[in-house]
Amino acid sequence: MVRALLAIMLVAALAGCSAGSTAYSSPSADAITIGFTAPPANLDFTRTDGAAIPQALLDNVYQGLVRLDANGAVVPQLATSWTVSPDRRTYDFQLRPNVTFTDGEPFTADTVKFSIDRVHTDWTISLKSAMDVVDHVEAVNPTHARVVLKQPSNGWLFTMASRVGAMFAPNGVKNLPTTPIGTGPYELDRFNRGDSIVLKANPGYWGPRPAYGRVVLKYFQDPTALNNALLSNGIDVISSVQAPDSLAQFASDERFTTIQGTTTAEVVLSFNNAKAPLDDRRVRQALTYGIDRKALLDTAWAGKGLLIGSMVPPSDPWYEDLSAVYPYDPAKAKQLLADAGQQHLTLRLRIPNLPYAVDSAQVIRSQLAEIGVTATIEELAFPAVWLKQVFAGHDFDMSIVAHVEARDIATFGNPKYYWGYDNPAVTQLLADADAGTPEQQIADMKKVARTINADAAADWLFLLPNLIVAKKGITGLPPNQVGEAFDLSALGRS
Amino acid sequence: MALLRKAGIFLLTLAIASVLVFAFMAVLPGDPAQVALGVNATPELLAQTRHAFGIDRPLPAQYTDWVGGLLTGNFGRSYITGDAIGPQLVDRFEVTLWLVGAATVVAVIVAVPLGTLAAARHRKASGTVVSGLSQLGAAIPAFLAGIVLVEIFAVSLRILPSGGWTPPDADPVAFLKGLVLPALSLGLVQAAVLTRYVRSAVLDVLREDYLRTARAKGLKPAQALVRHGLRNAAVPVMTVLGLQLATLLIGAVVVERVFVIPGLGSMLLDAVGSRDLIVVQDVVMVLVAAVLVINLLVDVLYTVVDPRLRRAR
Repeated sequence: MVRALLAIMLVAALAGCSAGSTAYSSPSADAITIGFTAPPANLDFTRTDGAAIPQALLDNVYQGLVRLDANGAVVPQLATSWTVSPDRRTYDFQLRPNVTFTDGEPFTADTVKFSIDRVHTDWTISLKSAMDVVDHVEAVNPTHARVVLKQPSNGWLFTMASRVGAMFAPNGVKNLPTTPIGTGPYELDRFNRGDSIVLKANPGYWGPRPAYGRVVLKYFQDPTALNNALLSNGIDVISSVQAPDSLAQFASDERFTTIQGTTTAEVVLSFNNAKAPLDDRRVRQALTYGIDRKALLDTAWAGKGLLIGSMVPPSDPWYEDLSAVYPYDPAKAKQLLADAGQQHLTLRLRIPNLPYAVDSAQVIRSQLAEIGVTATIEELAFPAVWLKQVFAGHDFDMSIVAHVEARDIATFGNPKYYWGYDNPAVTQLLADADAGTPEQQIADMKKVARTINADAAADWLFLLPNLIVAKKGITGLPPNQVGEAFDLSALGRS
Repeated sequence: MALLRKAGIFLLTLAIASVLVFAFMAVLPGDPAQVALGVNATPELLAQTRHAFGIDRPLPAQYTDWVGGLLTGNFGRSYITGDAIGPQLVDRFEVTLWLVGAATVVAVIVAVPLGTLAAARHRKASGTVVSGLSQLGAAIPAFLAGIVLVEIFAVSLRILPSGGWTPPDADPVAFLKGLVLPALSLGLVQAAVLTRYVRSAVLDVLREDYLRTARAKGLKPAQALVRHGLRNAAVPVMTVLGLQLATLLIGAVVVERVFVIPGLGSMLLDAVGSRDLIVVQDVVMVLVAAVLVINLLVDVLYTVVDPRLRRAR
C-alpha cells in the first residue's frame, strides 16, 4: 500500500514536469510582455498619485496636446502646432483633425476645454496645482483651442506634457479607476489588479498602427522576482533594473541586451542649510570637496549613472556639466573646515532604507572620516519614517535621496523645503525663467544651476541611470526616463 | 451550550484582536497623510488630508468608527487610493485561499504516506531516512524553499513561471502552472513538519491492542494499519493540520511576495509600507478571523472523524 502510494506520487511528479515543459511566453508575432516594479492600485491618475498609472497609460492610452520626446523636448501630439502671444499669456493650439476617442466621441477644441477645466473641478492629486495658472480656455473653432494664462509660465506648457495635460472624452470619465478612454495607439483590454495591465491596439488610432497588437505590462514588487521572470522567459523586457549588481547575469546571457539611458532622478546628498554647522557655506563646500563622487558611483552603483554637479539632468535644455567644479581634494576640504572653525565635526546622516542611499552612505562615511568629519548613519524606513522626520520634521544634518520629479530644481526657490536653502536671488531667477522667453528661461536656469552649485546647497552625487534589459530583437524601447510615460508606440522587432 | 461558549470565545478573541491591531497601528511611526502626499506636501494640504482620512479625530472615536464599519460590513476606503477596501479583500482572500489550499493538499499528500512509512519502518533504514529528511525540511523557511525552487524550475529549466498570478477563469492552465511553485514551497515545509506528527501518531496506534487483534485475525500488518489504524491516527494529525493552516496563512504573506502573487499578504506588506493603516487593520482582522474559523472547523471535524467524541457530548 505504502509502496503503491509512493509510486503514484512519483508518476504524478514526473507527469507534472513533462506537462509543464512547453515555453509559456515568448515575444510572439503580435504580443510583448514588459515587467515593471510597483503595480498601480487602479487606473485613475486624476485621483491616485504615484508613478505607476501615468507610466502605463500616458501617451499609450491617453494623449495630451503635447508630449515629451525621448530627449525631453516638448513636441506636438494632439496639437499639430501652437503659437504664443507676445505677452506670453495666450497659447493658440491648432488641433489634429479627425481624432476620435475609443468610445467614439470626437476630439475637438471643446474636449480641450473640458479636460483642462476638469483638472480644477475633479482632480484631487497635488499635481493639479499645475493648472492654477490657467485663467480660461476658449474653443475658437473645432480645431483651434486657446488657453489664456493668468501670468506667463513656461512651466505650464511643460506640465501639459505630463498627466495633467491628458485629454479626456466628456462621456468617458464615468469610471476612470477601471475604464480609461483615450485617443492613443492602445486601449485597455484587461486590468488584473496587482498583477498586470493588458493593452490592445486601438483600431481607430489616428497614427500608424503599433507593431505589437497586444502589450502586457506585468508588475513585480520584488526586484529578484522581476529578474527571474526575464531569465525564465516569463517576460520579454525589464523596464527598469532596480540594482545594477543584477546586470551581470543578463550581460553574460546571449538572449538579452542591455540599454542604458538617463533619468531625471538626481541622487542628492542634502545638507540642512538652515541649521548650524551646515548653514556655513565653507562647511558645505568642504564636504563637497571631501567626497570623491566618481569612486562613490563606482562602489555604490557599479559605475552606472552620470556625474552632474547640479540639480539638472541632461534632458533639460539648460543642462551644463558642472561635475568638475569641486574636484576631490581632501586637503582643500580640511583647509575650508579649519577656516570655518569646524575641525572635529560630527554630522547625522539620516537616510532612507533604500539601496542607493545605504550603499552611498557607507562610502561617504569613510571618505568624510579622511577629512576629520564623523558621519553617523541612521537608516529610516522609507517612505513613512523618512518623510515624517527628515522631510517634514527637518530633523537631520545630511540625508541621501533620489529626487525623481522632472525640473525639481525649482525646489531650491522654496526656503521652506526640507534642505532649508534660502537665497532670494535664486527664487527671483526661477520666477523670471518661468515668465521669460524660452531663451531667457535657458539663460536664467543656467544661472540658478551655477548659483546653487557655487553655494554647495547640496552635493549632487550622481544621476540614476535608466537600465533596460530586453530580449534581443526588440526595438524602439524608450531609453531615457524623462517624463511620466513609458512610450510603447515605437516598439518594434528587428 | 458548548457551541454558545465557543461562539463567545470567538467573538471575545476578535474584539481583543481589534483593539490590539488598532493600538499597534496608532503607535507605528509615520503619518499616513504625509506618506500619501509625499514630497508635494504642504502644511495646508496635510491638514486637509488628515481631515479627509479622519485621523485628526481622537483615537477612541477613530476606533469605534472602524469597528462600527466592520460590524456593518463596511471596511472603509484606502487612504492611498481612495478605493473601497471590502471588494479588494474578497479578491485578495480568494487568491490566498487558492494558495493555502494547494499548499495544504501538497502537505497532506506528501506527509501522510511518508509519515506512515517512517512509523511502519521505524527500526529500518528507510524509516530513519524519512525521519531525518523531515527534520531537515522543517528547518527550511518557506521563502528560501521558494527561491531555490524558482532557481531550479524557472530560471534554469524554464518549465514553470517564476512568479505572477493568472486568475483561474482567465486561463486555467496558466493558473495551475503558476500555482505549482508557490504551493510547493509553502506545502513542502509544512509537509516536513506534518510528517513527524503523522509518524508519531501512527507509532502510537501501532502499539494499540486492536491492531494486534486485527493481525491475529489474519490481516497483514499493512492491511491492519490502513483499515483500523489510520483513522485513529487522524485525530491528532488533524489538530496539527489546523494549527498549520494558521501558520500557512502567515507563511503565505512572505511567499506571495517572493512569487509576486496578489493575495492578502502582498496587500498587507504594501499597506504597511505606505502606512495605509486602515487597510492593514482590515487585512489583519480578516487573517485573525480566518484563523479562528479554522480552529472552529477543526473542532467540528473531530466529531466527524471520531464518533466517540460525538457520544461524549
